[in-house]
Amino acid sequence: MASLLNHSRPLVFCPGCTHERIVRALDNALGQMNINGSEVVLVSDIGCSGLFDVFFHTHAFHGLHGRALTYALGLKMARPELQVIVTMGDGGMGIGGAHFLSACRRNANITLLILNNFNFGMTGGQYSATTPVEAITSSRFLNKLEHPLDICQIADAAGAPYVMRCSGLGEDLSNNIEDAISYDGFAVMDIWGICPGRYSRKNAMRKSDILDQIAKLTPYNGVIEKNERSEYVSSYNQICSELSQPTPPLVVDKEHSPVISGKKEILILGSAGQRIVTAGELLCLAAMTGGMQATQKNDYDITVLRGPSIAEIILWPEEIGYTGITSPDVIVVLSEDGIPRRRQSFAQMAEGGLVIHNSRISVPDCQARTIAVDFAGKGVGAKDQALGALAFLASLNEGISLAMLNSALEKKFTSTHLATAQQTLAKMQLVEQPGA
Amino acid sequence: MGRTLMDGNEAIAHGAIRAGCRFFAGYPITPATSILAKMLELLPPAGGCCLQGEDEIGSIGYCLGASMAGRKAMTATSGPGLSLYSEQISFAVGSEIPLVIVNVQRLGPSTGSATKGADGDIQFMQWGNSGGLPVVVIVPTDTRDCYFLTIAAFNLAEKYRCPVFLASNKEIGLTRESVDLDSLDVPEIEERTVFTSDPEDYLPFADRENDGVPDFLPIGDRTLVRQTSSTHGQDGYITTDSKEIARQRQRLKDKLENHVGDFTYYEYLPADKAETLIITYGVTARAAKQSTLAVAAKKTSVLVLKTLWPVPEELIVATAASYKNILVVEMNLGQYVREIERLIHDKPIRFYGKMDGNLISPVEIGEVLNNG
Ligand code: SF4
Repeated sequence: MASLLNHSRPLVFCPGCTHERIVRALDNALGQMNINGSEVVLVSDIGCSGLFDVFFHTHAFHGLHGRALTYALGLKMARPELQVIVTMGDGGMGIGGAHFLSACRRNANITLLILNNFNFGMTGGQYSATTPVEAITSSRFLNKLEHPLDICQIADAAGAPYVMRCSGLGEDLSNNIEDAISYDGFAVMDIWGICPGRYSRKNAMRKSDILDQIAKLTPYNGVIEKNERSEYVSSYNQICSELSQPTPPLVVDKEHSPVISGKKEILILGSAGQRIVTAGELLCLAAMTGGMQATQKNDYDITVLRGPSIAEIILWPEEIGYTGITSPDVIVVLSEDGIPRRRQSFAQMAEGGLVIHNSRISVPDCQARTIAVDFAGKGVGAKDQALGALAFLASLNEGISLAMLNSALEKKFTSTHLATAQQTLAKMQLVEQPGA
Repeated sequence: MGRTLMDGNEAIAHGAIRAGCRFFAGYPITPATSILAKMLELLPPAGGCCLQGEDEIGSIGYCLGASMAGRKAMTATSGPGLSLYSEQISFAVGSEIPLVIVNVQRLGPSTGSATKGADGDIQFMQWGNSGGLPVVVIVPTDTRDCYFLTIAAFNLAEKYRCPVFLASNKEIGLTRESVDLDSLDVPEIEERTVFTSDPEDYLPFADRENDGVPDFLPIGDRTLVRQTSSTHGQDGYITTDSKEIARQRQRLKDKLENHVGDFTYYEYLPADKAETLIITYGVTARAAKQSTLAVAAKKTSVLVLKTLWPVPEELIVATAASYKNILVVEMNLGQYVREIERLIHDKPIRFYGKMDGNLISPVEIGEVLNNG
């Protein structure tokens, strides 16, 4: 049974520190398992337990306080064959609480050894998340006001399938650690120990005290059946092996002659749920079939099912630089929601501008030509009015033609959606203009 | 050639795949979320791994672990998430972990406006982590740049073993444009230099003569690798030797600053007999270029910086030399102008910027030029 201890780096813990026993027990466990140093990565946290990686001839990853479990999962995902063992103190457990919960929920095959000695040893004996209320610490009275957390109960509740609470001074420690490492899933060991350097100077703590205190708590001896399930990394890889390749981005070739020679700025004002963003996209795609360049910006509230939805589109035969709309050539108004946010756009409209609006909505006064369209009268419902308005624009050759719009629909939609979209176009009863 | 309608965020995801990215982790945050969504669609079928972290600290931590195991890794966020990345960024800087960090900037400070753009993190990306050592920040102006510069960002992260920021903006990330990515002349894909000599001699932070970048070996192969966030010597063990410490700090600075000439991305549009040079970057560059067309009477040149950190000092000084005055335009209240003022002392430097959630327009820049 070969030792993986790094003899050029002798242990430096205070005399009597349980950490030293845990280092030796971990070494014994790895030896019993006949593991090679290159098959293991020791991920250590901050504090006295953060020194662990130095004492072993294994791969080593020593990072920031409380974050050890994050590096561990990255390593495990990238190298599932690696034996990933994390050491952290009760301090790291406290500050990295979110990572701990997440690790329990994920169940990747990682072993977590929490060296729980009820205080921050390295920084001077401050209270930690596990410090008992009655303890005397350098944090004066603070720990008297906070309930210590039970690591094992939390791990259990969060779904860890293997949880063990034991004494770092126990005779079975090597075997216990071996058992945890051998478990195919996330294994948590809450190992209680003595910190003679800080904690036990003011809080009497003997080997038997630890056992007595553990005995008073809910026992955790390893596998928790109700939490057992398949391991995260292998499940992840299994699912990924069955995924089909994603659809490549839609490529649009020039199929039609353009119907405009200059820049066209188009504003579509509507409400959430009116498919304004999709209409904007269709407008761009249609223009692209005419060899035009296009940009689209959207503006909507974070609550996606309520409030205004606005699309700003620029069409230009040349490369588009600035993507803001300053003086729109066309404003399409499909609901009142969008008007307040773009009221000034009506005043700033370009010469020869055009406003197309749902005839049941009144729009702000402006100099532009205004056309009211009775969408509902044509049997075009609220969700399809944006597409209906595009068709109307196309029938006037305002940026795109009907042929371009049809090409865009064919590219964007598959059979059923395409049929519905084409029905909307038919309901608009539009005639293709000559020259389009 | 056919074109695709694509926004900057999608282009970043496609660029990452092209660059060989095989690990992504992120946490949902507007306006960067669609990068996470796209990576989740693209990466797993490509043999990579994409995770949604429990928070931003976890997300970037996963990336650091995976990167040390040999994967090309990327994460994406916006201001509030970038704040949480800070400690892990300093880890990547000090311990030389390759990583691409996309920051789709939104209007701050703090929670700010999730759906409004700004370039408010320009100094923050460089200085917002402990220790004060250089990082690389490159800045796209449009969807095409997002694709191209993401590949460049991976190359730089791998080559120099460091975190590289891609400083996008909501106005680029969520603006769709018609682009022909296939016609782009993209950079050749680079890999980190792997140690190939006798494994017995491997030092994870070897002080190599040539470019100051230590050769890499992944955690998990036969040769044991040590990685540590503590101040370390070449062997990856904690050191207290002040000479060694000083040498390593200097190396971390020099390996980037001495090579910025090799990765100074920019665009220079000189105008005949121009007296004014606009220096700008990001989405604002598009308005600046257009503004000079609008004010034909007052000829103006434009320098668009796409590498902001380390500051491409030579380029800026040499380009500015022939102009009478400089106008710096940025979508914040004056950040990078500080660097320009630090470099140029012999001519007036004006600044124009704003933070109201709107793009700076060509008309606004034209007015500033005309009033100058
Ligand atoms: S301070 Fe406590 S935990 Fe740290 S080495 Fe000393 S006894 Fe051990």
